Amino acid sequence: MTVSRWGLLGVAVLALLSVLFAALWWLSPTHDASTVVAAFWHGSLGTTSAFFSGTLVRAIPLALLGAGLCVAFRAGVFNIGGEGQLMIGAVAATFVGLGHSLGPLHVVIALVAGAAGGAAWAAIAAELRRRFGVLEVISTIMLNFIAASLVAYLVRGPLQEPTGVYPQTELVEVPARLVRLLPDFRLHAGIFIAVIVCAAAWWFLRETAAGFRVRAVGASPSAAAIIGRVDVPRVTFGALVASGALAGLAGGVEVTGVTYALYENISPGYGFSAIAVAILAGLRPAFVPLSALLFATLETGALGMQRDAGIPSVVASALEAVVILATLVIGAGFLRRTALPASTAP
Amino acid sequence: MTTAGPGDSPALELRGIHKRFGEVAALTDAGLVVRHGTVHAVLGENGAGKSTLMRVAIGLAAPDAGIVSVFGSATPRLSVRTASRAGLGMVHQHLSLAESLTAPENVALGGAGLYRSRQVVERLRAVADSSGLDVPLNIPVRELTLAQRQRLEILKALAADARVLILDEPTAVLAPTEVRDLLSWVRSFAARGGSVVLVTHKLREALSVADDITVLRRGRVTFAGPATGATESSLAGAIFPGAVATSAVAIGVPGEEVVVAERVSVADDRGTVRVRDASFVVRRHEIVGIAAVDGAGHHELMAALGALKRPASGELRLPQRVVVVPADRHRDGLILSMSLAENVALRGVGAARGRIAWGRVRERARALIQRFGIVAASEQAGAGTLSGGNQQRLVVAAALEQPVDLIVADNPTRGLDLRATAFVHEQLREAAASGAAVVVHSSDVDEVLELATRVLVVFHGTVSEAGLDRDRIGTLMLGAA
Amino acid sequence: MSDFAPLLEAAVRTAAPLLLAAIGESVSERAGVLNIGLEGCIIAGAYAAFVAGGTIPLAGYGAAVAAGAAVGLLLVAFSVWRRLDQIIVGTALTMLALGITGTLFRARGDIAAAIGSTEPAVVIPLLSSLPLVGRALFAQPVTTYLAFALAPAVWWWLHRTHAGLALRAVGDSHEAATAAGIRVGLVQAGAVVFGSALGGLAGGTLVLAQAGSFAESMSAGRGFIAIAIVALGRWRMTGVALASLAFGTAMALQYVVQALGWRVRYELVLMIPYLATLAALGVFGRGTAPAMLGRRRETS
Repeated sequence: MTVSRWGLLGVAVLALLSVLFAALWWLSPTHDASTVVAAFWHGSLGTTSAFFSGTLVRAIPLALLGAGLCVAFRAGVFNIGGEGQLMIGAVAATFVGLGHSLGPLHVVIALVAGAAGGAAWAAIAAELRRRFGVLEVISTIMLNFIAASLVAYLVRGPLQEPTGVYPQTELVEVPARLVRLLPDFRLHAGIFIAVIVCAAAWWFLRETAAGFRVRAVGASPSAAAIIGRVDVPRVTFGALVASGALAGLAGGVEVTGVTYALYENISPGYGFSAIAVAILAGLRPAFVPLSALLFATLETGALGMQRDAGIPSVVASALEAVVILATLVIGAGFLRRTALPASTAP
Repeated sequence: MTTAGPGDSPALELRGIHKRFGEVAALTDAGLVVRHGTVHAVLGENGAGKSTLMRVAIGLAAPDAGIVSVFGSATPRLSVRTASRAGLGMVHQHLSLAESLTAPENVALGGAGLYRSRQVVERLRAVADSSGLDVPLNIPVRELTLAQRQRLEILKALAADARVLILDEPTAVLAPTEVRDLLSWVRSFAARGGSVVLVTHKLREALSVADDITVLRRGRVTFAGPATGATESSLAGAIFPGAVATSAVAIGVPGEEVVVAERVSVADDRGTVRVRDASFVVRRHEIVGIAAVDGAGHHELMAALGALKRPASGELRLPQRVVVVPADRHRDGLILSMSLAENVALRGVGAARGRIAWGRVRERARALIQRFGIVAASEQAGAGTLSGGNQQRLVVAAALEQPVDLIVADNPTRGLDLRATAFVHEQLREAAASGAAVVVHSSDVDEVLELATRVLVVFHGTVSEAGLDRDRIGTLMLGAA
Repeated sequence: MSDFAPLLEAAVRTAAPLLLAAIGESVSERAGVLNIGLEGCIIAGAYAAFVAGGTIPLAGYGAAVAAGAAVGLLLVAFSVWRRLDQIIVGTALTMLALGITGTLFRARGDIAAAIGSTEPAVVIPLLSSLPLVGRALFAQPVTTYLAFALAPAVWWWLHRTHAGLALRAVGDSHEAATAAGIRVGLVQAGAVVFGSALGGLAGGTLVLAQAGSFAESMSAGRGFIAIAIVALGRWRMTGVALASLAFGTAMALQYVVQALGWRVRYELVLMIPYLATLAALGVFGRGTAPAMLGRRRETS
């Protein structure tokens, strides 16, 4: 970003914060701004418990999803199906996790299953796009709703826990769980996975021919096809499936590391938050961890505000949308979408 | 030709027009005097400012300074609407018609209130009758041929009571017979009292039809006067900055066959067969020119030759190393948002595996910049920051970095100035001299003839061998045997 | 057989908001703007109707239209004026609207109109007594009639007025429109505001003529289904009307599944409209969209 853009960003941030303050003051039942701020701080970064059990843990799936979206968006594929892909990944991982013990690698297999599940779910949209030219924006959103219904059905039906009281599954076997890193907190080994994935995505886009193809296709599909002799449909298909795999992995990580079970609303909108994460990171996987941390802070802070100051946490998603718009206006040029080809012939 | 009396004010006059686009001075003290009832040719090479001057005349661009005067009433600035009401009508080089609408709907565009199609159709019929131009009226414009669309644009202007018609490079994409028809219509329009401004870069055309000529060079007027006072060489001197040496590279005798096409048929993206049963060969050291009017199917033929499309039937044997120089360099030839080095890496990256050695890529890019004389800040500069000529140099450079067997070039000099055009021609000739086979298409038949050692004409999907005879090519392009 | 009539009635009633949103989106798309924020328009309209409706339903509908148009104005500002990518901006707008309405609903539950009961059906005498289709077609809330009247009205406007012609030209080629003296940005802005206002109205219908109250994210993907309907209907009013009816039926199933005596799990029935959308898009394909759909504005 150029210097003037930093300046613009600074002004925008200040303006945003002021509006925010006003809004929060109006929203809170007690109309007490200081309580609101304290609640936000307390909930996100203020205590070790908030940070290591809340914010950091929340940043993990956001980073995984965000890295995947960097790849997809760079290829010009607009994958808004992160929610659904995460859920299906969670389903797959739960399934594996509930089964007979598969030895010391049980958790690994569960995570692989999660990634496979997410990939398969995204592949549906990818195939619809490739074969019939269906806009992935619409198909992935439809698949989100379908996945939600599927999960609802599973946790009230076939996979419901034995007592039949709660709409969730049993807890997964211990060998299928990600190890906790610190004794009193919920931080788990998934954080290493997230960091490694972001690094891998960075390396992929920057250093590999395949990653360059992704970038070329997103920047100009026709030049990529004519000059680069790139198989554009194959690249976009792969990018969509890859981002689905990472979303599914995120679902698997949530199940094996945090919840140990499947239930409805296992994703509090991670799929959409990840869009904001990726965009703020400028579609650069290297910045995704930081961006993910930022939005995780926003979300846990919002939860804190809900707990202590009576402001509904769903305000976070409105804020995330504002961040997307602001980033777009100030940093336009990051993004290009691949237009669908006129024909569906390969 | 009507002789305008001394008291008559000119149909269109532009005086002292200045126009800058950022750093670039597009027009400097440019002007034009179109006498009533005459055909006025505006000559100049690509980029000289002809189109800009016309856009100022018609109200699409506001001049930084200067006066536009139509039939004696002067105004510093026109809008499209006022220009039209004053009697100016323009047919743009790139036709601006809404393809999904019918002809009457296109003509009616810009009106207000209720749209009564019957009225518009009647008016169009009347104008068509009185002017002698005919166009089918009930089908969407996308189903009309290019020549028909051009006629529609003229009808549109006439239906708006245009008395001064500005035609911007109207013959660029027409077949020779269509050009003759258009030019004779232009003369008859002038004879009946209308005035025509013919913007073109073709010397001979201008001399054959114009009463007066104005020459623009780099935004300035270098000649303005009656056509009787000009010769080809004097005009050439006014158009071109200096004598340009065309390198006559000896190409050599045609060698082995590198392309063999046997009864090849190619379909377009929608599945319609656009090339039928084409059989021909292309040999090393040959420059095969493709002459065709828009829509003849040559686009699909070139896509097949460039290994971008598979033939629907028949056998097409292509050599190993095929490179394509696409017609639209901004959309298809370069990734403008990427650097020169990245664009160099782009060539053939579809087959690449593993890592990209960026250090080596940058070296290659620097070598290419040197070898092909590309003017750029560095190999890291964005491709979008280059001028049009340098962008095309980059495309050609990346294509010719390694020895190739076949070059398929589509309108490689479109929009380029003289130097860049000469550069491209030279590169193609040199490639042919070193053993490559070159297939090049240009919408400008004269360019085809200048470059080619052999000419193939495509008409309605049929490919036929023509000699290097302009008239024969022209007739074949239109399907008349 | 006796179950069919109530299903048809529910289908038509459920189709109405879809049709309203789809008509609006058709206009927007024929001007070349794809409004992914339509879902946001609907939820915004729903919430506005919830807040302002009550004793005077007209106030509720008015607020709904205004709310939808407000979201549309944001799309105009970011995508038409500032030429940012339509799809990304639209997604952000939907997220924004869902977030804001959810927040306001939960935080200030005190702001709610007392919606006594949902809009009563306006029963057209005689015609509503027709067997089978009588109640379905002629015993509907006012907004349903409005929706079905709008379709031919919009068609007429698009084909028989110069303004409609200009809009179609804008969706076709910015150059051609500009050359004819048409202000592309202005036309697109108008089209988007119209489309998003109708989206808001659709949301208002959800609250005032169907549910009677508000629930978070009650739009449930209708905006995206409407976009699919436009593509399936090939951007023409007849197609859009038919497709809306089809999807209305699919959505109505969840309400009548009990009455129909089906033995299917409720959660699976909920999937049907979304599965149907996917299947329809796959089978019926995309058709020829307006040439400039989704493309950045190139001229003024």
